[in-house]
Formats: sequence, structure tokens, C-alpha cells
Amino acid sequence: MQLTEELEALRASVRDFAREVVAPVIAGHYEQHTFPYEIVRQMGKMGLFGLPFPEEYGGMGGDYLALGVALEELARVDSSVAITLEAAVSLGAMPIYRYGTAEQKQRWLPALVSGEALAGFGLTEPGFGSDAGGTQTRAVLDGDEWVINGSKAFITNSGTDITSLVTVTALTGPDEISAIVVPSGTPGFEVGPGYSKVGWCASDTHPLHLDDVRVPAANLLGQRGRGFAQFLHTLDEGRIAIAALATGLAQGCVDESVAYAKERRAFGRAIGDFQAISFKLADMRTRAHTARLAWHDAAARLVAGQDFKQYAAMAKLHASEIAVTNAREATQIHGGYGFMNEYPVARFWRDAKVLEIGEGTSEIQRMVIARDMGL
Amino acid sequence: MKIVVLVKHVPEPTAAWRFADDLTLDRSAVEGRLSQLDEYAVEQAVRLGEAGVPVEITCLTMGPAPAADALRKALAMGGDRGVHVLDDALPGSDVLATSLVLAKAVQRIGFDLVVCGMASTDAEMSVVPAMVADRLGVPQASNAAELGTDGTTLTVRRETDSATEEIAVTLPAVVSVTDQSGEPRYPAFKAIMAARKKPVQTWSLADLGIDAADVGLAASATVVEDTQPRPPRAAGTVIVDDGDAAGRLAEYLATASFL
Ligand SMILES: Cc1cc2nc3c(=O)[nH]c(=O)nc-3n(C[C@H](O)[C@H](O)[C@H](O)COP(=O)(O)OP(=O)(O)OC[C@H]3O[C@@H](n4cnc5c(N)ncnc54)[C@H](O)[C@@H]3O)c2cc1C
Repeated sequence: MQLTEELEALRASVRDFAREVVAPVIAGHYEQHTFPYEIVRQMGKMGLFGLPFPEEYGGMGGDYLALGVALEELARVDSSVAITLEAAVSLGAMPIYRYGTAEQKQRWLPALVSGEALAGFGLTEPGFGSDAGGTQTRAVLDGDEWVINGSKAFITNSGTDITSLVTVTALTGPDEISAIVVPSGTPGFEVGPGYSKVGWCASDTHPLHLDDVRVPAANLLGQRGRGFAQFLHTLDEGRIAIAALATGLAQGCVDESVAYAKERRAFGRAIGDFQAISFKLADMRTRAHTARLAWHDAAARLVAGQDFKQYAAMAKLHASEIAVTNAREATQIHGGYGFMNEYPVARFWRDAKVLEIGEGTSEIQRMVIARDMGL
Repeated sequence: MKIVVLVKHVPEPTAAWRFADDLTLDRSAVEGRLSQLDEYAVEQAVRLGEAGVPVEITCLTMGPAPAADALRKALAMGGDRGVHVLDDALPGSDVLATSLVLAKAVQRIGFDLVVCGMASTDAEMSVVPAMVADRLGVPQASNAAELGTDGTTLTVRRETDSATEEIAVTLPAVVSVTDQSGEPRYPAFKAIMAARKKPVQTWSLADLGIDAADVGLAASATVVEDTQPRPPRAAGTVIVDDGDAAGRLAEYLATASFL
């Protein structure tokens, strides 16, 4: 599948940015577990947070193909900044754009779309992840306010200095899940300390506690009781974005490993001259290519308004699994250096695994795909 | 104010370059891009406009068909329109021929200011701006780190190894800018989309009234006789301080003629 010239130009632009702005400083952030505010600011300036949103909210008027292209190129260099963008757009701003009222959109979207603010999406709870329908967080209407109590786990972009809100899912009645916007700083809304993560070390992830948090009734996002259906759709779209990100990581493994295999010598020749290495590289490139085709196809279906859910699941499943495989092989090709944090492939290896877990585990993707076959 | 920015499509500097049989660079074998040093030129032109003087920016390139991509990027960065000089007789042109073509094209476009990068990232000769200025019969300010204009005069801060100079040049003029002049912007998607709709004209040598015999490899004053890969870098000298390091450092610098 050929992308349009515009998307190729976007790819080139983000690629330059990733190489010139992200690559030189990201290892430091990763090591120190610091959030790369300056990179995020520049990503905002080049419109990345607005890619799939219309111009009336300050967006770029693009779509999920454009977002995926940007994510792929960022993740080719680093996944922490890529997941920050992915979560901000797919999980943070998109539900507000899709389900928000005119006032909610006017109030929240412009800052999110420009990247000046970030939004989180709080679905997962300490006791419920894959079966997110088991949400225990409760919201009770008291006059014209929701009173929310509960906890959320692993919420991306929820605790940065520029986080403006987290949309949480909560029970608003028996078997009734709704989504409610909780602005940062609301009394009782406590953002726990950032997790010590295996990977994505320069991205922002926190547990959240909601203790009698009061927000206006008007902060209900979408219809009351439709929260479950809304987040399923949100996640379906997000999977395409994760697949693009995983493809980028898989391609980054190819880029780094090909260069290394040409340079590193053993037994008097470049290690790339050994077929055991060159075949690994051929397989790695093939995997990255097929993952790219899969996410392009799912995104094209979404953009065309066709059924895309099962294709998004297949793309996410495939891309995340081949990302893990490519990261493992890339580390192997780099030998001992591949186990040193200063080498990008070590970061790729640490960052790959979570792709098989976040936004629906591989098992959940297989359930979606199997269900589509009537199983 | 009419600004013409000279932009060049160059082989990706990080790629492996190959030379064709005639020892010119095989441009079809490597992916190309807008020369990074020319991005600074586009950026400066756009910033002059943003600083308040109304500008009309034409980006001008001479090169094979894929050079149109470099032009599109320059337009995505903020250029208003593009001119692409494309002609089968052009490949192999040296700096004399190139400056002839560019100067004719600039004249045809009309200009108050021509902005160039400090060098191309492929040939790195840094002479095109001076040659174009000479052919146009206007002053040239080279290696500008900062530009300002009121529409009739250009103020330039030049940084050289030995001094920083502030100079003023009466327009029309040619200026080349350095990589210290301000980081070029990364075009946003909206600007990329908008750039597709900006006008680009393609001119041939005939359009410029240039005889094909005056350009191209055959007409070039310079001939490449041989190419050599860059020699591998030799290991540096490490001076370990056994109490006499200062003396040995001085000695090393003296033998290498640095002192
Ligand atoms: C770094 C990071 C960032 C995250 N960001 C966010 C965020 O921003 N917002 C958010 O809401 N969540 C976020 N998450 C949470 C993530 O989406 C969940 O971790 C994920 O959905 C899995 O849920 P769980 O951890 O509770 O695992 P569980 O659901 O407990 O699953 C445990 C294991 O059991 C398997 N399993 C579960 N059910 C079945 C079944 N029916 N059949 C077969 N196998 C099954 C799973 O596949 C998995 O292997 C993030 C997680 C991480 C690690």
C-alpha cells in the first residue's frame, strides 16, 4: 500500500524531528525517569497532537493514517515519546472529540490539540484490567455534582505538570458505566507517585485515587450508561495507533541492527556476513513490513468508515508480537552491547513487552478476532 | 518585499553515496532531501516575514525531477511559491553554470533579496551565493547569523572565527546564512497539505534564454578526475599525565604546527 505524498512528507518531517530532537536527549530522560517536556512542547508546535482533529479545534485536519505515520516514525527512535503522543491523542483527546458536548469540546480540546495540555483516560483499576466492565469506581449524582470514589491503575499522562484532566469510567448505577471528566487538581483527586517501570521510562504513568471527588454534572462525557461502549470504540481505534507504534519499534530494531551488523567484526569479518545474522535481519525486516501493511489496512478501513474492529485487533496483535521478537533479535545481534542501556536496542527490548499488554492484551485481541469468526 | 530563496536537493548525508561512470554523483542511487543548510535559509526568509515586513517568498531550485520534493518541503516551511529549473542539458553543471542558471532565474522572478545557505551539504563549495551576487551585480553579505530588514536595508550580524560584525546592506542584495541563524521549523501536517496547493512553475533553459552549450558537464570548467573514499580515521594521540603532560602537549601542538 502506497501512502500519499502528503503522508510521506509528514513521515520525513517527523523522522527528522525524531533523529535531531528526540534521539540526542532521550536516553538521559529514560535513565533519570524524567518526562521530556521540551520534546513534547516541540511536538505540539509541529502539530502532532492535532493530527487527527479538524481545524476548528486547532487540529491538522488529518486522520488515523497521519497519526500512525507520526507514531511509527517516533517509535523508530523512542517509544516513550510515541506512547505519550498515542495516549494523549487516542485515549485523552479523542473521547472528548467523539463524545463531548459543544461546550466540553470548546473548553478542553484546543489546549489538548495543541499539545499545551495532556489528558489521560482512566479505565484500568487495580483489580480489573482486561475485564474492564468490572469497574468498581462509583459516581453518585448529588444535586448537580458527581461524587466519585475509587481507584485507577497504570494511567498514562495522568500526572504531568501539563495534565489538564483524566476521563474516568465509573459505575453510575447497577450495570451502568459512564465516563466522567475529572480536571487535574480537583480536591480528593490524588495522583499517586509514578511507577518504576521496566520500559517506557520517560513516559508518565500513575495510580489514581478518587476520594469524594466532586465535579459538575455537566462533566459527564457522552451518554449516561454508554461509557462501556464508548471506551470499547476508543480502544478499537487506539489499537491501530499502538500497532503503528509497535511497527516503528520493530523498524527501529532493523535500522540499528543493520548498521551494527555492517560495522561490528568477528572472526575477521563483519558479522552481517554471517548468514545466521543476515537471515535474522531479513526476517526482522519482513516482520516490520507485514506489521506496517496490517496497520495501514486497519487505518484505511477506519478512515473509509468500514468495519475495522477485527482488523485493528489483528494489526495490534501482530505488530506487538513481532516488535517483541525483533527487539529480542536486535539485542542478540548487538551481543553484550545490546544489554547496555546506552544502546537504543536495549531500550527497544525493554519497551517492546508492554505492547503485548496495554490497550488490550494479546489474549484479548485473539478473543476479538475469534469472536468475529463466530467462536 | 520579494525574497528568492535558493534551495538544493541533495543526497541524504547519512546514506552511502556512489559515483557514476563520469565521476559525477549518482543522484538516482541515493535518497534525496532538501539540503539542511538551505533549510536555515528558508527559515530566515520566513522569519523576516513574521517579523513584520510583508514578504513574498519564492523558493528556487535547479535539479532533476526529484528536486521538486525539496521545493515542496521549502513551501511547507513557509515559502509562497516555487520555481524549478529542469532541463536535460543541466546534469553535471559546475558552479559557474549553476550560478548562471540561478542568476537568470532570479532575474526573471524579480527580487529584493536572495537568501542562500552557507554551503550545500554535498559539494560544500560555498561559492554559489557570491557568484550569483556577481552575476546579478548586487552586494553580497556572507555567513549571516542574524538578519533584519526594514524593506530597504538589510542588517546582518556576521560571525567569523576572529570577529563578530554588524553590517548593513542596501537592497537588492544576496545573503547567505549559517547554521547558527536559528533552528529551522519542522513543517506541520497542515502546512504540508497547504504546500501541495502552492504554485510551482517549471522552467527550461529555453525559458531562461540560456544556450544548452553553456551548461552541463561538457561546459564545466572543472573536471573530476578521480574520487577516493575518505581515509579511515587514524587513532588519536593520548597523553597520559606523568607529571610532564603540559610539556608534551605543547610539544605535540608545536609539531602539528598549531603553536
Ligand atoms: C505502562 C502502562 C500504561 C498503561 N496506560 C493505561 C491508561 O492510560 N489507561 C488505562 O485505562 N489503562 C492503562 N494501562 C493498563 C492496561 O491497559 C492493562 O494493564 C491491560 O489492559 C491488562 O490488564 P491487567 O493488567 O489488569 O491484566 P489482567 O486483565 O489481570 O490480565 C492478566 C493476564 O490474564 C489474561 N487474561 C485476562 N482475561 C483473559 C481471558 N478471558 N482469556 C484469556 N486470558 C485472559 C491477560 O491476557 C493477561 O495475560 C496501562 C498499562 C501499562 C503497563
